[in-house]
Amino acid sequence: MIAIVDYGGGNLTSVARAVSHLGFTPLITGDGDRIKSADRIIFPGVGAAGSAMAAMERDGIDLAMNDAFAAGIPMLGICVGCQVIMERSEEDNAACLGLISGGVKSFPREMPVPLGGHLKVPHMGWNGLTVVQDHPLLHGVKTDDEFYFVHSYFPVPHDDKTVFAITDYGVTFTSALGRDNLFATQFHLEKSGEPGLLILKNFCGWKPC
Amino acid sequence: MLSKRIIPCLDVREGKTTKGVKFQNNVEIGDPVQMARFYYEAGADELVFYDITASHEQRGIMIDVVKKVAETIFIPFTVGGGISTLEGMRTVLLAGAEKVSLNSAAVKNPDLIRQGARAFGNQCVVLGMDVKKVGEKQGIDSGYEIVINGGRTYTGMDAVSWALKAQDLGAGEICLNSIDADGTKDGYEINLTRLISDTVDIPVIASGGAGTPSHLVEVLNQGRADAALIASMVHFGTYTIRQIKEHLHDRGIKVRKTW
Repeated sequence: MIAIVDYGGGNLTSVARAVSHLGFTPLITGDGDRIKSADRIIFPGVGAAGSAMAAMERDGIDLAMNDAFAAGIPMLGICVGCQVIMERSEEDNAACLGLISGGVKSFPREMPVPLGGHLKVPHMGWNGLTVVQDHPLLHGVKTDDEFYFVHSYFPVPHDDKTVFAITDYGVTFTSALGRDNLFATQFHLEKSGEPGLLILKNFCGWKPC
Repeated sequence: MLSKRIIPCLDVREGKTTKGVKFQNNVEIGDPVQMARFYYEAGADELVFYDITASHEQRGIMIDVVKKVAETIFIPFTVGGGISTLEGMRTVLLAGAEKVSLNSAAVKNPDLIRQGARAFGNQCVVLGMDVKKVGEKQGIDSGYEIVINGGRTYTGMDAVSWALKAQDLGAGEICLNSIDADGTKDGYEINLTRLISDTVDIPVIASGGAGTPSHLVEVLNQGRADAALIASMVHFGTYTIRQIKEHLHDRGIKVRKTW
């Protein structure tokens, strides 16, 4: 069973549908014990980091996530789910889970772009990846593959060893990161067509060392 | 860098895709779920569904379509048409749509944009604007006026002011439809698109008038649109999405390649 962590507000059904489509069994849950007993954990994350963390703390999900990480359960964060694993976010100045060292920053406002106008925030739409470090979840991803992003903030890990892919949107930011049994993407795997499903499928069969 | 998005638009009436000219003379052209899968495989970056069902009682059919589409494609899609309450937005989002497009309902009740953005996030709320060129006149400084009810009712609202207001209220994106250009295949309304794109900070999807790939080049370059809506030119098989994207790519516009 793959737990899809429900920490309030968002539409988790897209992720559940993608998991079902791949032939696996998703369970949308906000229950700490169920999360800890899952074979795998996906935390999609929606909305703002501050409200996501507040909901996690209220329901004891933060502790369950820490336990699951320590127990070696394969974990996958998506979008805000890749921000709450950092130590702190600029958004709401929120203290986060701290599973990976570093913070979460926002895109610069009013930054001019080459063809006129300025950088639009949120970064919304399809963009590519540059894989900077091999990872089993990225196996099969091709150079031209693009992924769907919707976000105004991005993770800034301290340790390069935790960075697996970067993306250029006026500034270059970390778009895939991880450590041990944890992997996370800033882009929406469930809305990124076949390349997104490929990474999701890799996760569903992933055996972290 | 970010790719420009190519977005097929499907008008759905009572569970079937239709296509009309200037909102009239609609003909049935297929099953929306099958068409969604076809466009997904062909490399569409996103899809938009407009429910143009006449009667309120048949809206449930659209929700079934949305659920089936969500199980069939794994790219974002927007649903619009006749959604006028927070509850209506929630129903569509839970059925699997990524975004909801508000049009007439937002004109009548602008606070719906704010409520939707607060409840579901700005990225879920698309403002659909139907615009007619009326020339400069009292209250319409830009010469472009917002119309509703499929273009039949003039609102007295200036298109540029309305776009800014919607952005302030929390709209995450604007789908800008020129009623004058809609269905003509003569090209997008470039001036209007440029005017709105240069005014707001949120992404603008140009809509209405696409007939050839060069029309998309114009609206994405001169019009500064972030995305282009297409309908007739792909619904009737005149062009494939790949042909359109290759045309754009050859002219230096970054697009997502799926081949």
